[in-house]
Amino acid sequence: MDPLSALITLTNFVLIPAFAYGSQLALGALGITLIYSILRFSHFAHGDIMAFGTMVVIYTTWALQSAGITGGGVLPTALMAIPVGIAAMVVYLLVVDRLVYRYFRQVKAKPLIFVMASLGVMFVTNGLTRLFIGTSERRFEDGQRFIFSVREFREWSGLAEGLALRSAQAITILAALLVMLALFWFLTRTKSGKSMRAYSDNEDLALLSGINPERVVVITWVIVAALVVTAGTLYGLDKGFRPINYFQLLLPMFAAAIVGGLGSPIGAIVGGYVVAFSEMGITYAWRRFFSHMLPEGMAPDGMMQLLPVDYKFAVTFAILVIVLIFRPTGIFRGKSI
Amino acid sequence: MSVNWRNIGLFAAMGVVLLLTGAFQSWQLALTILNMSLISAIMALGVNMQWGYAGLFNVGIMGFTAVGGLAAVLIAMPPVGDAWAAGMIGSDQPWRFGIAGTLLGLMLGVATILAAVAVYKRMTPGRLRGAAIIGVIVAGWAVSRFFFAPATSAIQAVNPASEGYLGGLGLPVILAWPVGAVFAAGAAWVVGRISLGLRSDYLAIATLGISEIIIAILKHERWLARGVNNVTGIPRPVTRPVDLQPQPWVQELAARLGWTVPETAAILSALGYALLFTIVLAILIWLAEKALNSPWGRMMRAIRDNEVAARAMGKDVTRRHLNIFVLGSAVCGLAGAMMVSMDGQLTPGSYEPLRFTFLIWVMVIVGGSGNNWGAVLGAFVIWFLWVQVEPAGRWLMETVTANMDVGSELRRHLLDSAAYMRLLTMGVALLLVLRFSPRGLIPER
Repeated sequence: MDPLSALITLTNFVLIPAFAYGSQLALGALGITLIYSILRFSHFAHGDIMAFGTMVVIYTTWALQSAGITGGGVLPTALMAIPVGIAAMVVYLLVVDRLVYRYFRQVKAKPLIFVMASLGVMFVTNGLTRLFIGTSERRFEDGQRFIFSVREFREWSGLAEGLALRSAQAITILAALLVMLALFWFLTRTKSGKSMRAYSDNEDLALLSGINPERVVVITWVIVAALVVTAGTLYGLDKGFRPINYFQLLLPMFAAAIVGGLGSPIGAIVGGYVVAFSEMGITYAWRRFFSHMLPEGMAPDGMMQLLPVDYKFAVTFAILVIVLIFRPTGIFRGKSI
Repeated sequence: MSVNWRNIGLFAAMGVVLLLTGAFQSWQLALTILNMSLISAIMALGVNMQWGYAGLFNVGIMGFTAVGGLAAVLIAMPPVGDAWAAGMIGSDQPWRFGIAGTLLGLMLGVATILAAVAVYKRMTPGRLRGAAIIGVIVAGWAVSRFFFAPATSAIQAVNPASEGYLGGLGLPVILAWPVGAVFAAGAAWVVGRISLGLRSDYLAIATLGISEIIIAILKHERWLARGVNNVTGIPRPVTRPVDLQPQPWVQELAARLGWTVPETAAILSALGYALLFTIVLAILIWLAEKALNSPWGRMMRAIRDNEVAARAMGKDVTRRHLNIFVLGSAVCGLAGAMMVSMDGQLTPGSYEPLRFTFLIWVMVIVGGSGNNWGAVLGAFVIWFLWVQVEPAGRWLMETVTANMDVGSELRRHLLDSAAYMRLLTMGVALLLVLRFSPRGLIPER
């Protein structure tokens, strides 16, 4: 019996990856929840917008690298490219809003019409991304790969089990935390943030008190651009960039937003981690963990894997269904339109 | 009943476009487009029932068509006898292997879910109930795995290069069409029970999820339909071109038309499918029109247009929604089975939501939601564009890059990316229709 080794295995294979993945999902889900509470529709183009923004970041990274500007071999160059990506996405999203969504706001179309329009935007964005960068996997991670590797950890601790912390994972967790704090500061402390919350709570009262709805919408898209590009870049640094993977993030991101409570920013963050930890925990083979935890000779002979990795969607979906049945408004009581 | 010349004109124009494709490109291409358009039209009809009649937003079409496709394998493929008995002979626990173990495992799995639901309904809410549910699920999962895992791995070990699955029942493939519809209806019933009655967006997310899960099951459960190894050589409802070629009358026809024999055979075979599909589509559209103009159809539209009022009139909105959701999904399943029987293969890896879910949506919106003829026309127009935009994009890119250096990186990139023009085109078509003609090509009456 060796609980310490068990804990280290668990940290290495489940806790750290799930924490990083959860942070990426949480940033994505925050975007979905903001669009839902301000523009009042489910934004199906979210995954593809994310891919498009990340693509801009990748091209900028390559340009910076060939110009000799890098993160000094420590930090990934892509971090410096994020502002460029955000700026590009702000322009893209505002142009899309002007060309597509604004008209439907003016004619007060039903929410599902907005969803249809976002499907159109999804197709266009998806096509553009593939047109510009293709469908194959792109890796753009550079700088120091590990904060500490398995070998370094073993030498330092003298333990048999290894633990590694990749730079991309550490950066993801830290950056996500910073972005979330900044967002909450903005929403609770600034006038624009307060006007956004007012608009989301009660549109008519907000209009009555002189809040300009178009300005609120513009701010929302700017924040969404920042969230989406950050989340996409962090995901790409962590797992590599492929447009199809970003498209498939749509389901877990929506699940995170709904589980937490659509329209609730805190909920989106909690939902992101709930989805990520469940996905990882249920598809992880627990044999090694239990062979450390249980007394000698009682080690399990199976893989102790509840579901194969192919079924991670099923896990997401199961959480979603459980929440929909038992608490349709989500953990943090989001809104129900 | 007045004759609507505008709509007839639109369909005639589409027919002329297909004829021109035949005359200028090739008749085989025109017939391939026609056949897939007919199948897409059936899918669009199913979606139109859900969206156009009842306002339900289903983005799980891919899953329902895939389930229908599975039916083609399970009905038409010959049974793999060795796999059915895999591991049973010589074992002291024969019930843990082969078909017996698989079925026992599956039944125990279903029983677990039913037991959990029963516990949830019978017991009073509280911690004890939560613990009981978790206990039932964990125990049930372990027991069903005990039968399921050895049975399926024994099945997958049977001649894995070409078989490794249970096979089907060896029945005529036409039977798979209604069975595919029933399969999809079953899946839709489960999804509908869970997510109808909640907000409209939730149905969308739930169906998106279930379709991904269905594809994951098809890809992963190799004992069922070989997973990503694909099932090929599914019997076809129409004689294959290869078997048509030696027929004397085919050779005579080829000689008279001045075509090669293989070409004639391929065209005859494709025409056979077109005839079959047209019959199915005609029956469906007749039924759909009858239903739409019956008291039931009027009730559906009343519910769609004002749910609260319909509820006040004593209509059970959730039940009606479930009805139409199951019906529409069944139609999608039927189309899925037809498609697999035309291709002669089930390839779970090729099911992508953009192609099988969202493209069908573009068809319905462009054609005109709420109108059956609109959905059919939308399917024809959009499928034609989907096929033809790629060569058009390639031509465009070749024109653009004509003056560039042959070895240039940019030129190669542009030529490679021509294929993605079709996604762009679909998006632009959808956005333009939503903006400028939200009622579609053939609006609802």
